Amino acid sequence: MTSVTDVRELKLDGHVGFDSLPDQLVNRSVQQGFCFNIMCIGETGLGKSTLIDTLFNTRFESDSCSHKLAKVGIRASTCDLIESNVQLKLTVIDTQGYGDQINKEDSYKPIVDYINDQFEKYLQEELKIQRNMFAFHDTRAHVCIYFISPSGHGLKALDLVTLKKLDSKVNIIPLIAKSDTVSKNELHKFKIKIMSELVSNGIQIYQFPTDDENVAEMNSQMNGHLPFAVVGSTEEIKSGTKTVRGRQYPWGIAQVDNETHCDFVKLREMILRTNLEDLRESTHTRHYELYRRCRLQEMGFVDSTSDKSFSLQETFEAKRQQHLKELQTKEEEMRQKFVVRVKEKESELKQNEKDLHMRFDGVKKELAEERQKLDEKKRILEEDMSNFQRRKEAVRQAQDAQHSASLKGKKK
Amino acid sequence: MSRAMSTGGPTSARERYFINTNRSTDTDKPLNVVNDSSALPARIGSDSSASVGRSNPSSLRSSPVPSDLSSIAVPTARVAPVASGDFKRPPPPPKAYPGVGPKSSTPPRKLGGYVGFANLPNQVHRKAVRKGFEFTLMVCGESGCGKSTFVNTMFLTNVYNKEYPSPSLRIQKTLKVETTRVLLKEGSVNLKLTMVDFPGYGDRVDNSNCWEPMVRYTEDKFDRHIRGESQVKRQTMSDDRVHCCVYFIAPNGHGLKPIDVQCMKALHTRVNLIPVIAKADSLTAGECEAFKKKILTDLQTNKISIYQFPDLDDEDENKLNKERKSKVPFAIVSSNACVTKEGGKLVRARTYPWGTVEVDNIEHNDFHVLRTMMVRTHFNDLKVTTHCNHYENYRQAHWSKIAASSGDAGANPGMAAGGPLIKTASGSSLNKNPMATLEDEKIDHQARIKKMEQDMEQVFEMKVKEKLRKLRDMEANLKKEMEEAKASLETAKNDLAKHQHSFYRERDAWADENKELEELIRQHYDAAKSLNKKKDKKLIPF
Repeated sequence: MTSVTDVRELKLDGHVGFDSLPDQLVNRSVQQGFCFNIMCIGETGLGKSTLIDTLFNTRFESDSCSHKLAKVGIRASTCDLIESNVQLKLTVIDTQGYGDQINKEDSYKPIVDYINDQFEKYLQEELKIQRNMFAFHDTRAHVCIYFISPSGHGLKALDLVTLKKLDSKVNIIPLIAKSDTVSKNELHKFKIKIMSELVSNGIQIYQFPTDDENVAEMNSQMNGHLPFAVVGSTEEIKSGTKTVRGRQYPWGIAQVDNETHCDFVKLREMILRTNLEDLRESTHTRHYELYRRCRLQEMGFVDSTSDKSFSLQETFEAKRQQHLKELQTKEEEMRQKFVVRVKEKESELKQNEKDLHMRFDGVKKELAEERQKLDEKKRILEEDMSNFQRRKEAVRQAQDAQHSASLKGKKK
Repeated sequence: MSRAMSTGGPTSARERYFINTNRSTDTDKPLNVVNDSSALPARIGSDSSASVGRSNPSSLRSSPVPSDLSSIAVPTARVAPVASGDFKRPPPPPKAYPGVGPKSSTPPRKLGGYVGFANLPNQVHRKAVRKGFEFTLMVCGESGCGKSTFVNTMFLTNVYNKEYPSPSLRIQKTLKVETTRVLLKEGSVNLKLTMVDFPGYGDRVDNSNCWEPMVRYTEDKFDRHIRGESQVKRQTMSDDRVHCCVYFIAPNGHGLKPIDVQCMKALHTRVNLIPVIAKADSLTAGECEAFKKKILTDLQTNKISIYQFPDLDDEDENKLNKERKSKVPFAIVSSNACVTKEGGKLVRARTYPWGTVEVDNIEHNDFHVLRTMMVRTHFNDLKVTTHCNHYENYRQAHWSKIAASSGDAGANPGMAAGGPLIKTASGSSLNKNPMATLEDEKIDHQARIKKMEQDMEQVFEMKVKEKLRKLRDMEANLKKEMEEAKASLETAKNDLAKHQHSFYRERDAWADENKELEELIRQHYDAAKSLNKKKDKKLIPF
């Protein structure tokens, strides 16, 4: 129907004005507001909440959790932040009780379930017929910050298990928490050990993108500093004339914002300032698409090769028909079962009735026999009675004869 | 790592927005976005109009940061109004986890210091520029009304020239929709422009349904997008849906012609429609005003919704926007030829013996206003409206149609009619996605089965009870009968015994009394019997 010529590149004679197109785009997205979901996984007490507070320079009141939880729990809290006319809807997803249980085999499950649930919500919204993607609050986890405890000896088994489960679902950025307990040399070795363990276990962590020339150099440099060793603190301590954020020790102050003391600044730059959009995009284009693909394939959808058919709907329809048939057969089965039951019960009751009649027949017979006997006795009695009557009669006759004879004798 | 403020023209557009990072640990002041709004290139025809100087959209972001951050409210997503198919917001998704919910109405939180996500717009900007932009423009109008010239003038380049003649000039065997694709670069922005034209529109004697090919073209593109979206393995698709349709109204006439009305009616639900008065240099100012009014009333009468150029967020821009909007429909003049004005500038114009009509002179025609609005301020909005409104409406209608048609085919009379979107008890079915409706159906059916089972059980129980009761009654009756029979038998027995007893007693008593007599009789009888064996046949019974 259409004839398409090759794409020609043309020079403009003057200023048309579409170079403002990116600005128009940006303005619209600023007006709409941005949304970011950050997930923190780490053992209790490693400083997750403090780090988030430090990162966003604000206090998210969250109560610290005890070690006694029987299962890993997920807690998510949302709040709106604004920094110079940029609105950010931030959701912090926290794990509670991670690493506290004695048997940690199932620790990763609640986390994976949560991530899948958020993907599922998005997928369902996308599949609706009347959908409103633009007002939909995107709750998919865009980045997962994994807190490694500063033992200095590498990753724990729990870490490896959890990271392996998560690396295809979310962008992972590993961190060494409470790194003010690790000295510089140890830190270097520790980082190398961690990275090699990650590589040898095939765990894919998030690599800052190096395809955009503007940020490629910085990103690739930062990739070499992974995992970041951070210190979190919201306390302000006076150090000389300045007030800094840090932790006060008898031997000095570990400053949060000092790049020689810890990698906090690097973390903030990378996540918030440079790559936030990329984190969101890669969640949508990689992790979400993978989830969607697996889910649809699980439900039995297959891309049709023909041009005109709409596979999604048709497959749905087929599934639905199948489903209906199954339900109908179930219904039939149930009915059949019922009929059989009814029949059984009927025969049972009939049997009961018969038994009853039989019982009473027996009794009836007995009674009939007795009655017969009685009749027999009656008959004998009557016979006796009639005999007696005859005797009486005989006697009376004799008496009469005698009487008449006596009368006759008298006459003679 | 602070970035320097940029100066200069559009080539440094991307640098314009990088924040001058204040890396000190001074935690008091929030960060200001630094903008450079002074760098504007000289534009053709920009002298006479004051409006041009403000049309740089970067000025939209130069408003100073308000000192009271809490006064900024959380915005909601903007959707431009459309005559057909309003959006109803679906209910918020159920909270599975505490803390995450729909947009809050509390004001956003202030930050204690520098965080850095204010750089997010720059990140978005960078990514957008890297990705490049696409736009599809459809021109619709009769032959000779200046569509190809319009395209050339709008983009200040010879899209159609001698080597690549415009579709109208090409000799066609069959009438079909023609597309032309060009790549334009301005600053750091790459724009892939697609022009869609339908030569021969309205040329025939019988023009019934001559807009069909264009409508079908837009629908094809939507279909392609729907298909791409529904794939299991999705890839990034190019967006080739028609974003804007410029409809050319011939200037000689008294309003919209019937073919215009029909065509616009067919298109306005599919594409952003911008009507323009072509070759407006044949109208005087007064005629032009009257004609515009007439067109607007015609559009209203026929309920044709044209693109509304919605308000932007900057107050000053909005004022200008309103001014420009008042000129809709735009009366334009386009020209391929350039003329040198006094002052040495080369402008596009049309020369007549009585004067020169300059394309970019806003006193002569509305072309400049149209270009400003279409390209400089609402270019992105056209794309967004196409995606959010027209495409969504089309998609909704499309899936509903399929759902309805497939539902009738296999409907179980016991179940509610309709495809995967059966009407649940809660109300509208369209809000549910197919998987949820499948679930609902399952639950519904199971509930029904359970109920049926319960009913059957009930009936069964009742019947069994009934039967048992009857049986018991029968048993009781029989028992009673037996009892009665036994009782009567007993009484009869007793009577008989009594009778017997009394009789025997009587007899015995009498026998005792009359023993002698009976003895005598007996002897007599015996003697008589032996004597009267032959004679006396009458024997006295004994």
